[in-house]
Amino acid sequence: MTRIVIEPVTRVEGHGKVSILLDEGNRVQQARLHVVEFRGFERFVQGRPYWEMPVAVQRLCGICPVSHHLAAVKAMDRIVGGEKLTPTAEKMRRLMHYGQMFQSHALHFFHLASPDLLFGFGSDARKRNVLGVAAAHPELGRQGILMRKYGQEVIKATAGKKIHGTGAIPGGINKNLSIAERDALLVDIAQMVRWGESAVALARDYTLGNLELAVDFGSFESNHLSIVRADGAMDLYDGGLRAIDKDGNRLFDHLDNQRYRDVIAEEVKSWSYMKFPFLIALGPAAGWYRVGPLARINTCNFIDTPKAEAARKEFVKASGGKPNNLTLAYHWARMIETLHSIEKIELLLHDKDLQGTDLVVKGDRREEAVGIIEAPRGTLIHHYKVDRNDRVTMCNLIVSTTNNNESMNRAVASVARKYLSGVEITEGLLNHVEVAIRAYDPCLSCATHALGQMPLQIELFDAAGRLLDRKCKGMAQ
Amino acid sequence: MANDISFTIDGVEVAAAPGQTIIEAAEAAGIYIPRLCHKPGLEPFGGCRVCTVKSNGRPCSACTQPVAPGMVVENDTEELRALRRDLVELLFVEGNHFCMFCEKSGHCELQALAYRFGIAAPRFDYTWPARQVDMSHPDILVDHNRCILCGRCVRTSRQVDGKNVFQFVGRGHEKRLAVNAEADLGATDAAVTDAAVGACPVGALLKKRIGFATPVGRRPYDERPIGTDIETAAARKE
Repeated sequence: MTRIVIEPVTRVEGHGKVSILLDEGNRVQQARLHVVEFRGFERFVQGRPYWEMPVAVQRLCGICPVSHHLAAVKAMDRIVGGEKLTPTAEKMRRLMHYGQMFQSHALHFFHLASPDLLFGFGSDARKRNVLGVAAAHPELGRQGILMRKYGQEVIKATAGKKIHGTGAIPGGINKNLSIAERDALLVDIAQMVRWGESAVALARDYTLGNLELAVDFGSFESNHLSIVRADGAMDLYDGGLRAIDKDGNRLFDHLDNQRYRDVIAEEVKSWSYMKFPFLIALGPAAGWYRVGPLARINTCNFIDTPKAEAARKEFVKASGGKPNNLTLAYHWARMIETLHSIEKIELLLHDKDLQGTDLVVKGDRREEAVGIIEAPRGTLIHHYKVDRNDRVTMCNLIVSTTNNNESMNRAVASVARKYLSGVEITEGLLNHVEVAIRAYDPCLSCATHALGQMPLQIELFDAAGRLLDRKCKGMAQ
Repeated sequence: MANDISFTIDGVEVAAAPGQTIIEAAEAAGIYIPRLCHKPGLEPFGGCRVCTVKSNGRPCSACTQPVAPGMVVENDTEELRALRRDLVELLFVEGNHFCMFCEKSGHCELQALAYRFGIAAPRFDYTWPARQVDMSHPDILVDHNRCILCGRCVRTSRQVDGKNVFQFVGRGHEKRLAVNAEADLGATDAAVTDAAVGACPVGALLKKRIGFATPVGRRPYDERPIGTDIETAAARKE
């Protein structure tokens, strides 16, 4: 068997390595996205006090720390018996989360993915970056940067800091939104909604204009998983678990978050620190699934904000009413969520509950709890056990990237099959593999809870396991 | 008592009462001398040496040295600032101080001193000691990772609370904080109402379940560097 390895992936946060294994006839047999660094948060939070978790575990990531902050605090709400939040606390957290979704999606799309989409996957790598976008499309570059900034300001107003704040505490929130903070955010809101709309149009036109490419580019049918609201609406902050198959049939619905282990298990493979989750009912071979923007648009019945709902309907129409299984459609779905988030932010900014002063509730203590949230890149599961001395004794984190593990491997294998010619790693192959990974995720570091930057290396191995070629990107070789 | 002793700090004339220490007289005059183990109301300890000044050219701890007429004290000099910075940096590498998820951040005197001194990162190697967190008490915890051995809890427990909950054991680099029980803090007579619980300058001795209740931006050292209360109180008096 021949093996090709790609590392490091540029514009993907964390460290990654791709191995491509060839068969006797030098055809791609399998691709493995290895995430080889190990962070070990699950181990080193053991023995720490539970109220530290929302602030400690968010250090897994610098792009979407709010997701970890909120998933952890949702679990801690249950530990202190305070899961029925006051309206002020819940709405402050939602505002924080939508701000997070808005800034992270803007970063993902404008800063990380748009160079590929605007200039073409095979274009000059020196130009294919956010600075290239700023030079060739200055207005677009500016929008991306200001949208991200706006989301960061929302986070600062709710969490206290733009990155790694402390706003959410077990049973509530430590501050409300002052009139001054609200008014400062209202200044640009109309502009942000307009830019949200134009970003959807950009991603839609790209996807529909490149359908032929998209159908063939790392695409495959899969199950999809997310949380949804009780009425089936998209809800990024809270809801029951819903899984559907490739045709949209429900595998389970409105499953209590606390019971996630009844339906999801994780398989460990020797070559990666990242685990492979699967739906227990279907087993590891068939039970893998997608999460994230594409999955969420596929699982929900509707979106409860008008502009994003109109965009969703157009999205669903493009796949004939069936779940969309195109990897490149992630970007379109991601921009629909961006629009949804900014619509939600606008609604919340006009909600008087955000100036309320009833911030924290407490009830009967529990010793075990699960918190699930839809992070920008997909379903994020935090599970803790806490002893009677307030000490964390167990922590299990299934992060979005881990949930998409098998899907990313398949996307890479599919792209490699199409773009590998011979037994050499070409620039074209490198680029296309990166684009496939980036459709899902710019952050691999959180998935193994690993330190550092993430550039990527590809290695190609033959059927006998001999290294045929190796190429690196984005780091000293 | 009349302030009939006159001496100078960095050339500024300061009036003090007999029996006052340099740090007390300086504070009354609106001059901040950095400190960690010193706490008004407790017997002087002279443990951390962060308040080291030069008195008539000789180094001494300002929290233990009584004032004397005509004494010439150097405080805010480059030499002493460098010494204090070294001491604070050594404290950081000697324990396991993770400000990023410590609930004492923004309230912590060690962190605030580092900010005041402009310490971005320690120059010394971290020692990463293996230390325990004692969560056995229902309402109080001791995180030994963060203990700087200032003895404020030890003295407060004895001198203010009339108890003897905390004590030092070991010598030299093996010195550590211990509790007065066979097992752990849960086995002592410590109570959450004890003044000792609030005496810790860092995040080593904490009331449980307070966590991050104070938002970023409203914590004591978010806006005002440590020591400015002393410096501005005197300015107001003038």
